[in-house]
Amino acid sequence: MITCEEVLRELSNFLDGEVSPALRAEIEEHLISCHNCTVLLDTTRKTLTLAGDRYFVELPVGLTERVLERLSLQ
Amino acid sequence: MDERVETIREPTDSELVRRVQKGEKQAFAPLVHRHARTVYRVIQGLVDNPADAEEIVQEAFLKSFQHIQSFRGEAKFRTWLIQIAVNEARMRHRKYQPGRHDSLDEEPRDGQEYHPRELADWRPNPEEKLARQEMSLLIGRGIRALPKGYREVFLLRDVEHLSNEEAAAALELTVPAVKTRLLRARLMMREYLAPYCKMHWPERFLRRLRTGGRAR
Repeated sequence: MITCEEVLRELSNFLDGEVSPALRAEIEEHLISCHNCTVLLDTTRKTLTLAGDRYFVELPVGLTERVLERLSLQ
Repeated sequence: MDERVETIREPTDSELVRRVQKGEKQAFAPLVHRHARTVYRVIQGLVDNPADAEEIVQEAFLKSFQHIQSFRGEAKFRTWLIQIAVNEARMRHRKYQPGRHDSLDEEPRDGQEYHPRELADWRPNPEEKLARQEMSLLIGRGIRALPKGYREVFLLRDVEHLSNEEAAAALELTVPAVKTRLLRARLMMREYLAPYCKMHWPERFLRRLRTGGRAR
């Protein structure tokens, strides 16, 4: 039976779909009865969704033009 | 194949690089337009000052342009460009020494040393609670709160969606080192965001009422 520590160690790989089908099945079985690991996995997944979809950085106005000018491509 | 579709297809990075290598300098311009945002977003997360970030981005494009003949195409152009930019950031900021955290990679089982806190459930859609700009600022602050060695990995993997292999190449790390740092970085980011995203007791109570007691 897989432990919480082992789930924690594989958390990133699990979220990235980089665990073997056997290990995935073991983790999923563990999650049925472990509230803490379920929350940890769910909230880490949400963290990644937020970082990927909700983080906006404005490019300084005219940056690409200044780069092209410096390379004499404009 | 439909020839009309073929003629309007955007050239790939590799095609543009080959054209620049053959002397068609103007073919570099689309590469700048294509990758400026990614490189800027990574670098502004690593240095404190936006003016420094722009300078580093300019320098990275300049160096990649000047040394385009040495690019052999084993990696993607984007990976190579990010590698140049990150090296530039590392060189310019003596205080910025991600190597300080290398010892953590030597822990054989990084996850075992860590005991997760903040284990309350989050709202189903935490982004709904905060305005778009507030959430973005919060994530930015969380990223800046990460030690630089972890920040680099998090920015490349989870913000820019590079693969483990690409991130390893860009940061001159091994893939296992990237994975070790990534796990820790993700857990730290989760804890940073948790107080803003978790469900407080009235929400938990109402949710339980709505779901007939099935929700935790």
